[in-house]
Amino acid sequence: MTSVLYDAPGPRAKRRNVLLSVLFFVLLLLGAWWAWSAMSDKGQLEWAKWRPWLADSEAWTTYLLPGLANTLKAAGLAMVIALPLGALFGISRLSDHVSVRVPSAVVVEFFRAIPVLILMVFANQFYADYTDISVDARPMYAVVTGLVLYNASVLAEIVRAGIQSLPKGQTEAAKAIGLRKGQTMTSILLPQSVTAMLPALVSQLVVIVKDTALGGALLSFTELLNARKTAASFYASVIPSFIVVAVVYIVLNLLLTTLASWLERRMRRSKKSTGAVVGPGALDELETIGPKTVKGPDHGYGDNSAGAG
Amino acid sequence: MFDFLEDYDLLGAFWVTVKLTVYSGIGALVWGTVLAALRVSPVPVMRWFGTAYVNIVRNIPLTVIIVFSSLGLADVFGITLGAADDFKALSFRLSVLGLGAYTSAFVCEAVRSGINTVPLGQAEAARALGLNFRQVLGLVVLPQAFRSVIGPLTNVLIALTKNTTVAAAIGVGEAALLMKEMIENEAQLLLITAIFAFGFVVLTLPTGLILGWLGKRLAVKR
Repeated sequence: MTSVLYDAPGPRAKRRNVLLSVLFFVLLLLGAWWAWSAMSDKGQLEWAKWRPWLADSEAWTTYLLPGLANTLKAAGLAMVIALPLGALFGISRLSDHVSVRVPSAVVVEFFRAIPVLILMVFANQFYADYTDISVDARPMYAVVTGLVLYNASVLAEIVRAGIQSLPKGQTEAAKAIGLRKGQTMTSILLPQSVTAMLPALVSQLVVIVKDTALGGALLSFTELLNARKTAASFYASVIPSFIVVAVVYIVLNLLLTTLASWLERRMRRSKKSTGAVVGPGALDELETIGPKTVKGPDHGYGDNSAGAG
Repeated sequence: MFDFLEDYDLLGAFWVTVKLTVYSGIGALVWGTVLAALRVSPVPVMRWFGTAYVNIVRNIPLTVIIVFSSLGLADVFGITLGAADDFKALSFRLSVLGLGAYTSAFVCEAVRSGINTVPLGQAEAARALGLNFRQVLGLVVLPQAFRSVIGPLTNVLIALTKNTTVAAAIGVGEAALLMKEMIENEAQLLLITAIFAFGFVVLTLPTGLILGWLGKRLAVKR
């Protein structure tokens, strides 16, 4: 491996690397052994605690799957509602008119600065005070509302980055054939930017899926984390339930990130596109390096830092 | 209109938010840098561990991590971080642990992307001048890498500030928990929300502006 940090290893460096490998591996084994013995001390390794999750379908059909369905429902709804809103605000931020540009910038920056939990708590109380949504349905409404408010503003930034990532020639050509501003946006820029943004949109779904868990912990929304709580007390199985639920989240989100990076690679290869791709790190790029930079393939797809928990 | 505010310790709650941010921010910076070092190290096992940690932790909701630190680590394993009797201090420390463990995955990715922005030619030139490994790293690579990640790290810090609200899930008396209590007791929903929203804008906006400006100033222009 040649990198900016190391030369290709010679014989001594190779020996040292093998030694370090072994040392680190032993360290990891020690850590794993400690965790294992701590768990067996507390009786968390007993088959009775694992059986409901691994060998019995009841825990899944009664608790986890309905919880997962609610998680996915809330995340999907939030994405579908937030997307048009985000597109609207993203386009408004690029408007030529100060009277449109500035207010939408204020709205977007405001909702991006506020924790999504604050928005959820607000929405929950708002629905309790001013609407007649039933108590059972309220947490779902509150979670989706909070997610929509926050993610619409994040998506607005992604849309803005998507439109700005298109080559200038696209706008110039549209002008040259006599399209008006609105036509340029709706028939030239938006369709192209939507495909360019697809990887960033999919990876934003990861943030949304993770944030639904807030509703489970604080608003008694019966999503996956909350379903775990009920199931764990029913089966008296704490650590296994956490491990199982964490694995579900990890698999789900890894699928989404894999999809996002696959889309990104596919789009970069595609001969039809203008070559503009907004990767999952779109927001970092927008604020730090400047709007015109397109994310290089070298960065890895990791970020989601703009999103909350 | 603002009378009821006297019954609540608003500044105290936001002070807890700030403390959570600072402590877990420092922890995440240290652990995240270590993870980044592991991920770019020449030893495959270390790289493998760093990658696994980042991919696992980043994909678990922070809420799950925080709730686990309370119900799992503290209740089942009896990890009390030296505050076994003091419930308030215990939840606070567990939250710092959870927030730090989660945020470090993002810090790691930011730092690593910074190292990736340094062109290979820089190191080659440095070696050609006869600098040894430590000098290449300390004088050429890391200064450029850190200057280019101020921006992404600022975003991580802002996300962390907002994420501290999740600590409310295990009863840490920070801003979100106080807000929940206040809107349940007072019929002033819009006013209370506006106050807390304003509080977070005050915390996050200047951080973003100052560090963003600094990041732009210090970034290595290529």
